[in-house]
Amino acid sequence: MKVERGEVEHVALLARLKLSEEEKEVFTSQLNAILDYMEKLNALDTGAIEPTFHVVSHCNTMREDEVQGSLPQEASLENAPDRAQGCFRVPKII
Amino acid sequence: MYRLTIHELHERLKRKEVSSQEVTKALLERIREVDPRIKAYLCVTEQKAREGAQEADQRIATGQISPLTGVPLAIKDNMCTQGITTTCASKILENFVPPFDATIVKRIKEQGGIIIGKTNMDEFAMGSSTENSRFTTTRNPWNLDAIPGGSSGGSAAAVAADECIAALGSDTGGSIRQPAACCGVVGMKPTYGLISRYGLVAFGSSLDQIGPITKDVEDCAILLNAIAGHDPLDSTSIDLPLPDFRKALVKDIKGWVLGIPREFFVQGMDPAVEEKVWAAIRTLEGMGAKVKEIALPHTGYAVATYYIICTAEASSNLARYDGVKYGFRAPGSPELMAMYLETRSQGFGQEVKRRIMLGTYVLSSGYYDAYYRKAAQVRTLIKADFEKAFQGCDVIVTPTAPTPAFRLGEKVQDPLQMYLSDIFTISVNLAGVPAISIPCGFSKGGLPIGLQIIGRHREEGRIIQAAYTFEQNTDYHTKRPELSC
Repeated sequence: MKVERGEVEHVALLARLKLSEEEKEVFTSQLNAILDYMEKLNALDTGAIEPTFHVVSHCNTMREDEVQGSLPQEASLENAPDRAQGCFRVPKII
Repeated sequence: MYRLTIHELHERLKRKEVSSQEVTKALLERIREVDPRIKAYLCVTEQKAREGAQEADQRIATGQISPLTGVPLAIKDNMCTQGITTTCASKILENFVPPFDATIVKRIKEQGGIIIGKTNMDEFAMGSSTENSRFTTTRNPWNLDAIPGGSSGGSAAAVAADECIAALGSDTGGSIRQPAACCGVVGMKPTYGLISRYGLVAFGSSLDQIGPITKDVEDCAILLNAIAGHDPLDSTSIDLPLPDFRKALVKDIKGWVLGIPREFFVQGMDPAVEEKVWAAIRTLEGMGAKVKEIALPHTGYAVATYYIICTAEASSNLARYDGVKYGFRAPGSPELMAMYLETRSQGFGQEVKRRIMLGTYVLSSGYYDAYYRKAAQVRTLIKADFEKAFQGCDVIVTPTAPTPAFRLGEKVQDPLQMYLSDIFTISVNLAGVPAISIPCGFSKGGLPIGLQIIGRHREEGRIIQAAYTFEQNTDYHTKRPELSC
């Protein structure tokens, strides 16, 4: 097995996911099966190949730094699970 | 009336033989009648649709009519519709009401198109069967025990069952084309960047594209005309003039070279798919096209490449779902980290969590080069395969899916098996080229089979022409499933 449970727990925390004990078991074995399958990419010699991150020919679309419309505060707060004083309210951080 | 296509309805509306309100009413009745069995819709926007139809009729009365005016359309539930819930079939967005319209929705509304409802999908577009929806299971109108395909299964089923005149879906690894094939309708993923992604909930940003799901190829061209084009709000959208895609509705492929990739036609193929797809290729040959075997040598690496790239991008895109500003928030958390963990764990389904885990892993320190960067390099090779192949052929013709629609429940336990069912559609997204799926026959069990036609970058016109030529010389597009009460 390539990926150990400890690593699965670490990745889950990075992803802000809380996994049950059962999920940790299942994910560990599924992730390993999937990553095993992905080993096949190592058969390819890609040493000199440039990676493709975009399939469009342009990049860095810019515009002038002018103030344009934006979402009004009320509309922004419409879906808030909890709000106070025009802000989103969340449980304490520390 | 609900059986009409966009172009048929447009003609009748123009001649005032029928009103948009009548058609909308007929469709709402149709939905009431069949959707309890099909479950294509997550939400039917009855009131808004009636109002839209009324406005459209007023517009038509003053002589202002364009192809979409008064036409009821279904929209996959991952495209933001102002004032209408947009859930991505996920608990984490179960009550989310966008304060804005996606650009494509805005364009549809400007032309007087009517949104009749939001369709079911795999959660966050992750899946190939629509079984990953948190809310309901859509069924294939041709066989209620079969999948409608995914992730745009709701849209494809709605079109096949005449529960809308046409629909929009999204395609990241085949999510328009494969359900279109499963449901016997037309589905197109255009060139990456042709259609604005503003307001499309992001899954794999370098792969996602919105596209039409329609009853015939002409409707596909009409929808493309209506929604394609540069959008300053989407920095990946192509800023070049667009052709009129309806000009490609020409029944002629004489002299065209059809590239048949040997890697897509292997030993042990599903016999129904093999038979019908080869029959379709022979039909195209009979219309004057030439067949040429080509190679797409890196096809075997496409699934692995895709599932590294799309999960990596998804892990980043889905980091925003944290219960802070919108959507579901797990109640009762004493502090912020607990809230994040509870919200995301309760809010996301298994497949979404699995892909987030995979994506986070392949991007994490120590693994980025081995997986993500490596996959991006293989992506270059896959893209180059297409460029090289297209030097010797005009379009590439393949099956859309390796099998007809499989049974509900058949592949849910084995994620890898599910991933492998995307094998024919995935490389197209990696390369960013356009592709269309059209019906080309049925299996012995009466399930539809799809033919995929792939074109060069920005050559939608070519694939439309090839698809139209095939369609108009066959009658698969006239077939409808029997939906007895």
